[in-house]
Amino acid sequence: MIEAVGLTKRYGDKTAVYNLSFQVRPGAVTGFLGPNGSGKSTTMRMILGLDNPTAGHVTIGGHPYRKLPNAARHVGALLDAKAVHGGRAARNHLLSLAQLSGIPARRVDEVLGVVGLQDVAKRRSKGFSLGMGQRLGIAAALLGDPQVLLFDEPVNGLDPEGIHWVRNLMKALAAEGRTVFVSSHLMSEMALTADHLIVIGRGQLLADMSVTEFISANSADFARVRTPDSEPQLREKLTGALTEAGGHVLPEQDGALRVTGLPLPRISDIAHGSDVRLWELSPHQASLEEAYMRMTQGAVDYRSTADQKAGLQQPLPPGAQPPMPVPGQGQPGWYAPPPPQQGGQPFAAAQGAPGHAPAGPYGAPAAPGAPPANPYAAQQPPRPSGPAAPAPAPPAASPAPLPASAPVTNPTKPEDAR
Amino acid sequence: MSTPQPPTPQAAPDWHPAPASPYPTYTSPIPVVRTTLVHALASEWTKIKSVRSTMWTLGVFVLLVIGIGLLTGAVVANSSSDLAGESALSLGFFGLLLGSICVITLGVMTTASEYGTGMIRTTMTACPSRGRVLTAKAIVFFLVAFVVTLVSATLVALAHVAMLEGNGAADPTGTEWLKGTVGVSLYIALLGLLSLAVGSVIRHSAGAITIMIGVLLAPLVIALFMFSESLKDVQQALFEYSIPNQMSIFYANSLSESGPSGWDPLWILLGVTAAAFAGAFALLEKRDV
Repeated sequence: MIEAVGLTKRYGDKTAVYNLSFQVRPGAVTGFLGPNGSGKSTTMRMILGLDNPTAGHVTIGGHPYRKLPNAARHVGALLDAKAVHGGRAARNHLLSLAQLSGIPARRVDEVLGVVGLQDVAKRRSKGFSLGMGQRLGIAAALLGDPQVLLFDEPVNGLDPEGIHWVRNLMKALAAEGRTVFVSSHLMSEMALTADHLIVIGRGQLLADMSVTEFISANSADFARVRTPDSEPQLREKLTGALTEAGGHVLPEQDGALRVTGLPLPRISDIAHGSDVRLWELSPHQASLEEAYMRMTQGAVDYRSTADQKAGLQQPLPPGAQPPMPVPGQGQPGWYAPPPPQQGGQPFAAAQGAPGHAPAGPYGAPAAPGAPPANPYAAQQPPRPSGPAAPAPAPPAASPAPLPASAPVTNPTKPEDAR
Repeated sequence: MSTPQPPTPQAAPDWHPAPASPYPTYTSPIPVVRTTLVHALASEWTKIKSVRSTMWTLGVFVLLVIGIGLLTGAVVANSSSDLAGESALSLGFFGLLLGSICVITLGVMTTASEYGTGMIRTTMTACPSRGRVLTAKAIVFFLVAFVVTLVSATLVALAHVAMLEGNGAADPTGTEWLKGTVGVSLYIALLGLLSLAVGSVIRHSAGAITIMIGVLLAPLVIALFMFSESLKDVQQALFEYSIPNQMSIFYANSLSESGPSGWDPLWILLGVTAAAFAGAFALLEKRDV
C-alpha cells in the first residue's frame, strides 16, 4: 500500500509535482500515466525516498521509505534501466545489491533466470541493449521478493516476447497480493495490464479510477455512419434527422458521420424512416489511448509541430501537389471526440478538485440523452463554406488533406498565420 | 513467478491480512534479516573489486611506486655519490608522490562514479540509510588503499636498503622504518579517503579529481613563483604545508626547518578528512539523490 498525501516538489521556481494525493492498493496493477514531464518519475523518486518532497509526505505500508527496516525486502523498484555501473558484470551488480540487503547469493542466480539473463550474467552491463538493461533492472526489483513493486517504463526497449512476459509478470505479482505501481506511455499495454489508473498532468492529479471507468468517462463510444458518396444531400438529410432525434453528429474527414448519443438500431431506424440508404453503420469502441489523449491534451508540455523546413524547400514544380500530411502530425487535437456530457472541457473539473474520488467529477458513461451542444463549437468556429470540414482535426492547421482540389495552402506558412 | 516454491511451514501465514490493512498482503518465503554495516561492507567490497577501474588505478599505482623506486635506487647505486649516513628509505618518495594521483583517482571514483552512472539511485533505493553506504565505502576503500600502499612501499624500501648498502647509507632505525612504510601508507590512504569525501560532495568524477590534483600540487607550484619579499611568509607556509612536503616529512626531509614535523602531517590530514566527511554526510542526508 502506497499512500501519498499532498505531495509537492519544487525545483527552484518550477513545480514538478503539486499537491498530489493518491493511494496504490495491493492486489492490483495500478498504472501511472501522464505526458512527458508531468512528474511521474519525480513522484516515483519521492516514494523511494530519493528526493525529499517540498511539502506533503508519502508512505509505504505506513512508513516513510527511509524509515523502513530493510527497505529492499519490502519494496523493489525499477527506476531507470541505465542506473547501473556499466563496468560491472550483471551478476556482480545484483550480488552487491543482494549483500546490501542480506539476501542469500543464490537468489541472484534465481532472478537472473527469471529475467532470462543467465547466459550473460558474467558480461559487463555496458554492452547490454536497452531491453537487456530493462531485464537487469527488473531482476534488481525482484531480488528482494518484495511486497511492493514500482516500475518506471518497464517495457521500454523490450522485444514482443519481453513485453508479453512483463505483462504477465505484473499481473502475477498483483495476483499474489502485492502492490504493483507501473508507469508507461504504451496505452495498449496499460489497457491490457492495469486494473486501476492514476493519471497526472503538469504534476497534478487528473484521474484516479479504474481503467473501464476512465475510458467511459473520457471518451465516448460512437457509431460511424456512411451515406452514399454520390448523393451528398442524403447526408444532410440524415444529419438533420439524427440531430432531431437527440443524436450528436460530427462529420469525419472522409465524408462519414460520427454519431454519439444514439444506439445503433435507432440510427438504422431513423435512416430508414427518412429514406436514406446507408453504406456503413459500425460501432466503434473508444480505446484507452483515445481516452488518455482526450484527458491529457491540456496538460501536454512537449508537443511536436509540423516540420516546416521554412526557406529550405525547393519551389514545387508547377501543377504539383504538396505531399499530403499524415493526420496527427503537428496538429494538436486529432484525438478522439469528447464524451458528450462534458462539452469539450476535458478535465476542468478534475483539476479544480485534485484527489477526488473516482466517480466524482465525471458523469455517467455516454448516456443517450446527451446535450446536443457541439463540443467543438467553442474551440472551432464553423468555417463559412467548407465542403465537409475536416472534423475532428481542428482549424485548417495544415494543408487540408481532403478535397484534393482545395486551394493549396502554402506548406511553409507558419501555423500561427492561419 | 519469481518464487514458485509452495508455502513452506515457516511461511504458512502467507495471506493473513495485516492488522491495520483490509487488503491481502504478500509475505516472502525468504527470511528478512536486519541489515547492518556488515552487509554494506560486503556489498562495497563486491563493488570495488568488480570494476576494472579499480584494477587499473591500483595496477598503475604499484607500477609507478615500484618502477620509479627501483629506477631511482639503481641510478643512485650506480653513481659514485655517497649518502653519508642518510637513510635509503627517502628514495621511495618519488614513486609514492606520483602514485598518490592514482589513489586520489580511485578514491573519487568510489563515490562519484555511482553518480555518473546513475548506480547511486539503485544503491540508495536498496539501502536508504545513506550514511551507512558512505561509511562502508570509506572503510573498504581505506583498507584497500592502505594495504596496497603498504605492500608497495615496503617492497621498495627493502629493495632500496639492499641496493644502497655500498653507498654509505645508514641502516634505518625502527622509527624510520615505521614512518617510511606504515606512516606514509596511512597518509596516502587518508589522502584517498579525502578524495572519496570530495567525490561524494562534488558528485562528478572529473571535477573531483581535478580539485584533488589541484590540492596536491598547486600550493607547491604557486609558492615556487612567489619571488616578492612581502609574500615570504605565505610562500613559507605554502611550502611547509604542501602535500608533497608533508609526505616528505615521513622521510625526515623537509623544505624548511620550521613547520610540521614527526607525525604531524598525519594529524593534519586526519583533521581535514574528518571535516570533509562531516560535510559529505550532512549533504548526503539533505540532498536529493
